[in-house]
Amino acid sequence: MSFQPVKFYQTGTFTVGNRLLPPEERSVQSQEKRYNSINSGHRACQGCGEALGARYAIDAAMEATNGRLICANATGCLEVFSTPYPETSWQLPWIHSLFGNTAAVATGIAAAIKVKKLKGERRNIRVVAQGGDGGTTDIGFGCLSGMFERNDDVLYICYDNGGYMNTGIQRSSATPPAARTATTMAVGPEPGNVFGQGKFVPAIAMAHEIPYVATATVADLRDLEAKVRRAMEFQGARYIHILVPCPLGWGTASNETIRIARLAKETGMFPVFEAEYGEVKSVVAIRHPLPVEEYLKPQKRYAHLFGKTPQVEVIAKLQALADRNIKKYGLLDGGAR
Amino acid sequence: MDKPFAITLDPGSSLANHTGSWRTFRPLYVDRLPPCNAACPAGENIQSWLYHAESGDYEKAWRALTENNPLPAIMGRVCYHPCEGACNRQHVDAAVGINAVERFLGDEAIRRGWRFESSAAATGKRVLVIGSGPAGLSAAYHLTRMGHQAVIHEAAPLAGGMMRYGIPKYRLPRDVLDAEIRRLVEFGVELRLQSKVMNVLAAMQEGFDAVFLGVGAHIAKRAYIPAGDASKIIDAISVLHDMEGAQGDELRPMLGRRVVVYGGGNTAIDVARTAKRLGAEEAVIVYRRTREKMPAHDFEVEEALQEGISIKWLSTIKEAGEDDIMVEKMALDASGFPQPTGEYERIPADSVVLALGQDADLGLLANVPGLATDKGLVQVDAGMMTGHPGVFAGGDMAGNERTVTVAVGHGKRAARAIDAWLKGETYVSPPKHELATFERMNPWYYSDAPKTVRPVLDIIRRQSTFEEVLGGLDEGNALFEARRCMSCGNCFECDNCYGVCPDNAVIKLGPGKRFLFNFDYCKGCGMCATECPCGAIKMVPEEN
Amino acid sequence: MLKQMEGSRAVAEAIALCRPEVICAYPISPQTHIVEALGEFVKDGSLAPCEFINVESEFAAMSVAIGSSAAGARTYTATASQGLLFMAEAVYNASGLGLPIVMTVANRSIGAPINIWNDHSDALSQRDSGWLQIFAETNQEALDLHIQAFRLAEELSLPIMVCMDGFILTHAYERVDMPTQEQVDAYLPKYEPRQVLDPAEPVSIGAMVGPEAFMEVRYLAHAKQMDALRLIPEYAAEFKKVFGRDSGGLVHSYRTEEADTIVVAMGSVLGTIKDVVDEMREAGHRIGVLGITLFRPFPIVQVREALRRAKRVVVLEKSMAVGLGGILATNVGMALAAKPIDVYTVVAGLGGRPITMRSLHALFRRAEKNDLDPVTFLDLNHSLIAKQMERERAKRRSGPAAEAMLRDVGVVAAKLA
Ligand SMILES: Cc1cc2nc3c(=O)[nH]c(=O)nc-3n(C[C@H](O)[C@H](O)[C@H](O)COP(=O)(O)OP(=O)(O)OC[C@H]3O[C@@H](n4cnc5c(N)ncnc54)[C@H](O)[C@@H]3O)c2cc1C
Ligand SMILES: Cc1ncc(C[n+]2csc(CCOP(=O)(O)OP(=O)(O)O)c2C)c(N)n1
Ligand code: SF4
Ligand SMILES: [Mg+2]
Repeated sequence: MSFQPVKFYQTGTFTVGNRLLPPEERSVQSQEKRYNSINSGHRACQGCGEALGARYAIDAAMEATNGRLICANATGCLEVFSTPYPETSWQLPWIHSLFGNTAAVATGIAAAIKVKKLKGERRNIRVVAQGGDGGTTDIGFGCLSGMFERNDDVLYICYDNGGYMNTGIQRSSATPPAARTATTMAVGPEPGNVFGQGKFVPAIAMAHEIPYVATATVADLRDLEAKVRRAMEFQGARYIHILVPCPLGWGTASNETIRIARLAKETGMFPVFEAEYGEVKSVVAIRHPLPVEEYLKPQKRYAHLFGKTPQVEVIAKLQALADRNIKKYGLLDGGAR
Repeated sequence: MDKPFAITLDPGSSLANHTGSWRTFRPLYVDRLPPCNAACPAGENIQSWLYHAESGDYEKAWRALTENNPLPAIMGRVCYHPCEGACNRQHVDAAVGINAVERFLGDEAIRRGWRFESSAAATGKRVLVIGSGPAGLSAAYHLTRMGHQAVIHEAAPLAGGMMRYGIPKYRLPRDVLDAEIRRLVEFGVELRLQSKVMNVLAAMQEGFDAVFLGVGAHIAKRAYIPAGDASKIIDAISVLHDMEGAQGDELRPMLGRRVVVYGGGNTAIDVARTAKRLGAEEAVIVYRRTREKMPAHDFEVEEALQEGISIKWLSTIKEAGEDDIMVEKMALDASGFPQPTGEYERIPADSVVLALGQDADLGLLANVPGLATDKGLVQVDAGMMTGHPGVFAGGDMAGNERTVTVAVGHGKRAARAIDAWLKGETYVSPPKHELATFERMNPWYYSDAPKTVRPVLDIIRRQSTFEEVLGGLDEGNALFEARRCMSCGNCFECDNCYGVCPDNAVIKLGPGKRFLFNFDYCKGCGMCATECPCGAIKMVPEEN
Repeated sequence: MLKQMEGSRAVAEAIALCRPEVICAYPISPQTHIVEALGEFVKDGSLAPCEFINVESEFAAMSVAIGSSAAGARTYTATASQGLLFMAEAVYNASGLGLPIVMTVANRSIGAPINIWNDHSDALSQRDSGWLQIFAETNQEALDLHIQAFRLAEELSLPIMVCMDGFILTHAYERVDMPTQEQVDAYLPKYEPRQVLDPAEPVSIGAMVGPEAFMEVRYLAHAKQMDALRLIPEYAAEFKKVFGRDSGGLVHSYRTEEADTIVVAMGSVLGTIKDVVDEMREAGHRIGVLGITLFRPFPIVQVREALRRAKRVVVLEKSMAVGLGGILATNVGMALAAKPIDVYTVVAGLGGRPITMRSLHALFRRAEKNDLDPVTFLDLNHSLIAKQMERERAKRRSGPAAEAMLRDVGVVAAKLA
């Protein structure tokens, strides 16, 4: 397991804080004076998983670098809701260039820092790039792969909400099969997104054999923080893929964001693991195994599966995908293989 | 920096945008009543004392506990812990071992010599307490805490009531009992032993402003059993009573090799287990209904069976002979009542012990104006006052739910009412919080932690000695057990609300100070309420 | 120091003298030799410290440049043609963010049909991108302009494209005077960014701007560009002081004294035009040349002034606005609006078509007689076009035009029947 196992402290490491833990083992988010890298007043929807995930991740990276961090951000909800003129929510140096070039922008920053350091003009500063799934797995994929292949000293974080949310919930290559989006409507003989080949970028990142690849969800803060911390221990290209439910796009209640993310993990729909140099190193095991319906049902984007005649075959196919994850990553036994 | 216009912005400037205006629901921090607290007849604030125990501050925990109950070491042994039956944790894995932690705290207090403290000024009022059972001790304790002088009159040579003369040693070692009573005396409770009160009103005349009656129920109920002269029929209460102070074998009750116990309550079990320990080869409980209907607690039945006691279900004793008894088989009718079948059986028996319940001896209450009884029970109001002003009662004599814990609760309730009455007021209990039901919790957050099993004395020693059967927890597992508490309905500062708010709209006030919502930015998404493990946040509609 | 060397190499050496800190490279002819040389300098340690990044596309090249420039590093890249179009989104972004990146555009045509040879279509497609655009006439000027470009870009906090004709300049071996490091250091101050990503003073760069301020942002970009018209002559004058030669500036008139006809052009073709003009002047023609060095911002006042006394203006450009005519000509026309001067557009040299002295002689003579169409395509093979048009009229599926015409000129063997 990527995070430190603790003795039984009432809630262990599941809650954000834990007064029973020694201070040095407490989460970044529990600190009274935490970074709040993304400040209040941003315009994300109520209960936005991306806003939450971004604060979790960037605050952790800030902690790991002692505040010596620069962030490059792709176009998307996160960028739009955080920096509409004349207000920005970011409290760290931050740049938004384009939708599809964030990994490259980050490479540029890292290169500049490297030279400036050699010249003795600046102290060490680390670089994090972040973007939505669209900006990462689709349009920014070329730049991302280039950054990986060159092993540039960048931590890239993808906030996966399964679609192009900022433009009104269209399908991306990270949209799961059967999900309804504005471009995969729940109509016709095969409603919702197609069952394609899938494009799981963490696996593609691993294929680059970069130093560190991890997945996480907003439902497990301690794991997420541990992964960011671990990522910052490496030099070179690193990738963290965080599942961030989008209440608007998924058709879930604003208070359910974390619960849904947790269900994604517990049903096996989203495997949570970490890998170093292309090899899986640890897996966060499923605690209470659940059928995929538990995850699908609360989301309106899957409502067509549960109509008058439930689409049992489609649900079975989704279950098969989850089962495949469970088997592939050893999600039931924590990856013991 | 001479920054380019509009494209480049100063950090954190979004604070100017008050997203609180989006809100249609607002979160509120609430305290809800944990089910354990709600179920505790002694009114213990279990969740709150566990909270202190969780951080290893056992003294604070013990002090929080003893605000309601002065007898934790006793309670931690004999209480039937309805709290655990109500504990929400049973829906996660198994109920928190509240009772075991209570015992640990009680034992720890004895070991470390913690004493009661009270800051209340002496009121000069004197209250007579009749009986030193748990009801009397509890009333005296609480009265003392409030500054009144409590004087206990006890008929028996030793204090404790049924805790001493009923509950066997192997469940409640007497040094524990003595220690907790001693602490009360040191606290200022005046204890007069061997002073039986014959007339309550007369006794009150001796300078008392009020009286609390806690005389228990000591008269064994009898059943008519045709019996030969040579047959030995005795009642359980006397057997157990005689056990107390009987150190040498010769003083112990003589029950013979084959003992039949008649009844289905905890007393029946206790006396059967005692008989076994006294050397009986066979101890048989005869009960007229089925196991499911038996009033004795399941775990006690289980322990008895482990110790080799056998139980004859659906049987009544028809007659007792010199060395056997005749038993009639019963069958349950449609409505679940046992009906005779006419089938008989004889079983060998050297003695028959009747454990059929007790009645209270209310002799001292003759001619008390206004005081009413019903089916042998003294009638009291919500504040435990009888129909006679200034005369209060509790414990076994005042109710059918006869346990140590209920008695302690009665004592506390009566003390509060007496205190108010002495001031010429009526006690009104503060409104209760809404119940912290399991549905209001988010159990995900509690780590997986099965209940700690207490060490159990090995079987041979259990069958032959009166050593305590159930061991206690050590500090390590007591801490573990305390930390299994989910703090239902009460913030335990897990920081979840603070962490999960996507808008940083929760202000952390620091250790022990809990949190505040920043309504300038709270959008009312409700994540904090949903992710609060213990259900201490509620969403209420925003008023415009 | 005088050296005989390839244009690309000369430019690379000049850039190295400017001490760039980050260089992004992606191959496309005819720009490759420049970044190849720079890559060698970085690898052999002669240019250090400097990060040379082999990116995966031009889009990445410009994006890396954006990042490094925003982080305060002097940043350089080069491209051409398809590459410039591939990075177009980032090109606009770099200027929008006000990042002083210097980029060489080794001018080349844009496909389809794909063609690697020189014209100005690539750079001019980005004329409204917010970048400054300077065109070099010679290799010496290309080299010099890069040095000036860093100074200008960093002062204005705007990116600059230094345009030099692909192959004609980039691959030509010529004598150049290579400045010394001391000279360049004396001329080019250390980069002091106007905004920089720095934890000590965090800012958010690249905010979303709505209708309430977008126009103003755009206007400010315009105003900033216009400021270059003031700075460039100053920097050129200073350049002369340090390096001892004229280079850069806005526009250059050549033999325009009492000229009735002035030919306007950009880039290396000016050399050919000047030769023709010399010969025509010898023969008594009142003809001169106006070379445009700075295309963006367009030096409208200087152009107007330079052309004020001409009777006619011939704009000879290696670019075209399809469906309209010329691009440069349109710009020149704007300078001459409300002036009674005929402006002839001549589209020439597209896709590397040689612009010969012979053709120019003929062209200018016809111009002098006002015998030119408003838009003329120099040396167009009319019979080839006629044949293709005929084919297309005859048959809907007449096949690919380019191949058919190549067959007509005999380059491709006739398809088997
Ligand atoms: C065998 C047995 C086992 C039990 N096991 C448990 C158990 O495990 N857990 C549990 O919760 N409950 C148990 N109980 C029940 C529990 O003991 C009683 O409910 C409880 O003790 C009642 O408390 P009390 O104060 O009302 O009365 P008691 O404990 O009966 O105390 C009454 C006291 O008043 C004294 N007294 C009576 N009359 C006078 C008088 N006129 N003047 C002065 N003093 C007087 C008596 O001597 C006695 O000391 C058990 C009972 C029995 C019989
Ligand atoms: C080149 C380009 N194409 C399209 C867009 C339009 N666009 C802006 S944000 C966005 C969606 C972003 O989706 P994603 O990256 O998943 O982030 P999300 O908004 O879902 O967080 C799109 C399509 C753009 N800005 N630039
Ligand atoms: S649309 Fe989805 S991702 Fe975008 S701000 Fe709203 S909740 Fe967040
Ligand atoms: Mg998305």
